[in-house]
Amino acid sequence: MHFLFATRDELFIAIAKIAVLLFIVLTVNAYLTWFERKVVAHIQSRWGPYRVGPHGLFQPLADGVKFFFKEDPTPSGVDRFVYYLAPLLALGLALTSIAIIPFGPEPLRLFGHDIYLGIAPPNLNIGILALFAITALGVYGVALAGWASNSKYPLLGGLRSSAQMVSYELTLTMSVVGVLLMAGSFNLRDIINAQAPLAGHPDRGMIAWNIWPQILGFFCFFTAAVAETNRVPFDLPEAEQELVAGFNTEYASFKFAMFFIAEYTSMITVSCLCTIMFFGGWLSPFPASWTLTHYLPSVILIPFGLWVILDGFRYETTLGRLVLPAVGTVITALGLVFIVFPQVNAFIQPPFWFISKVLLFLFVYVWMRGTLPRFRYDQLMAFGWKLLLPVSIMNVAITSFVILAKMQWGAK
Amino acid sequence: MFFVLAALAVIGAVSLILQKHPIHSALSLIVVMVALAGLYLLMGAEFVAAVQIIVYGGAIMVLFVFVIMLLNAGAEERTSLSKMAGPPGLLLVAALAAFVAATIAKSGASVQAAAQTGALSSTRGISEMVFKDFVYPFELTSFLILVAILGATVLAQREKS
Amino acid sequence: MVPTNYYVILSAILFGLGVFAFIFKRNIIAIFMSIELMLNAVNLAFVAFSQALSKLDGQVFVLFVIVVAAAEAAVGLGIIILIARNRETLNVERVDLLKL
Repeated sequence: MHFLFATRDELFIAIAKIAVLLFIVLTVNAYLTWFERKVVAHIQSRWGPYRVGPHGLFQPLADGVKFFFKEDPTPSGVDRFVYYLAPLLALGLALTSIAIIPFGPEPLRLFGHDIYLGIAPPNLNIGILALFAITALGVYGVALAGWASNSKYPLLGGLRSSAQMVSYELTLTMSVVGVLLMAGSFNLRDIINAQAPLAGHPDRGMIAWNIWPQILGFFCFFTAAVAETNRVPFDLPEAEQELVAGFNTEYASFKFAMFFIAEYTSMITVSCLCTIMFFGGWLSPFPASWTLTHYLPSVILIPFGLWVILDGFRYETTLGRLVLPAVGTVITALGLVFIVFPQVNAFIQPPFWFISKVLLFLFVYVWMRGTLPRFRYDQLMAFGWKLLLPVSIMNVAITSFVILAKMQWGAK
Repeated sequence: MFFVLAALAVIGAVSLILQKHPIHSALSLIVVMVALAGLYLLMGAEFVAAVQIIVYGGAIMVLFVFVIMLLNAGAEERTSLSKMAGPPGLLLVAALAAFVAATIAKSGASVQAAAQTGALSSTRGISEMVFKDFVYPFELTSFLILVAILGATVLAQREKS
Repeated sequence: MVPTNYYVILSAILFGLGVFAFIFKRNIIAIFMSIELMLNAVNLAFVAFSQALSKLDGQVFVLFVIVVAAAEAAVGLGIIILIARNRETLNVERVDLLKL
């Protein structure tokens, strides 16, 4: 019964956390689309969204409005229940997976309650297994969507896409086993703490992260994750030049938006998982003894804020000249707050590093989209089954041998 | 909480019987499995709950859904034979359930729920048992899966004619 | 805490519903799904008793049951595909003669 709420206060705290996190995740999703369009555009030597608001910053709002007001036809002959269920399932599962991710080690002390950063309780002993369970259920969103649209192309796209997701799920789970062996627990906080220095040992910063011993595992995991979220270069089932649009051909406006949001949210979840398991989660890359690095958040935010303000002064449209300095002032103020209040600075360090690493992974995702060509379907399946799965199993074998050897060595 | 999940499981099972199209039956079965995973969590068996969702709900049922989609199974027809089998089947099942319930009630409340199994960490305990006491069945089941994969591959091949 | 009897009664009800579905349904795939329902009911009983006796044997056995169910589902669905291909029907009442 330790999963249910003992008191009413805990229930309220949980609901508040869910509301806040939902709002943050949906906003990040919206601006992730903006980010992607800008980055891909710059890779392709053009500007991307520029007109809708300063630097195209209101583009996600415009997209949202479009999705609301576009006509939402339901094709004839579809199985209504399944047709409406599929996007709901995809979106619901993708958003649920965010609940398991911890964003910071220390709880906030508000009103006498410990509020941990992250919805799942800190003693969730099956943290990563729960995430894999949710990923496993996510296949249904795609498969049922393909089937429910009473048409050939979505059916084929849905079948291909779900077969791809099921195949790469194996590699996804196997490549994580090395990390789990090293950490000794499924709990995500324990995995991060296993990469932190033990009490009394010097903090070695980045060297202690799991990426170095688990480099094979990291590459397998990241590749499998890209395939799992149906992103380039594995996005054959939903690419526009291929099967029309794959499983979401017959879905318009709002339901398509749900699939869209589900895809970007699972991208965010997988980036968070990558940072937690291989890049030390919220641990700083610099050893704790280099105390000057504690001011890095401010050092990054203040010049960035000032640059945005300056850019705003010289912007073309009046709206830009109003909005950009406001945004810049907020960023600069935030940076100043971190310098002035050392307690806030200490509290904000772990989430700051976590978020920057997640943003780095999202950038790599978008970078790959702008650069790499697509796999053909049989190449994709061959790659997953014949190369990635054996490599991840080999990684597990090597890791266990090394751990065993260390144990024998240490015993001597 | 138990009653919510139990009701969900029973509703799912009844829906499995009453639905005409196999895909709806498959969805009802998935609901039953998720409800059962919730019940396992309630009992403190976290690892089994996660494995149930990952393997049963995420792989086996996906296989079912694939086969239904590929075979383009249509809605089921009601024939005279099945209508005949309805009432006697219901009676027999009610008798079976009543028999089990009576047996349990007669054994009294002797098998009450013990203290929470939070003491034995579920995953560690299970893995120790699987790899120490049950290692032979474990290896046999892996062999069984290999045989099943080969069998399924051979069975579903198209004839080379 | 919920007494173990409740879990076992629920398991019996689910098993009974699985048996009824097995008798009543005419679609091969639905019959197969009723078998999975019965296996799940038995798993529930196993875990309930494992919790009542504070031993983990029940949960280990549940793992084995799940694995065997997976293997059986794979082979069974292969057979179903073959039947569908050869007899062109998924109704068990039409598959009642050895001769095509």
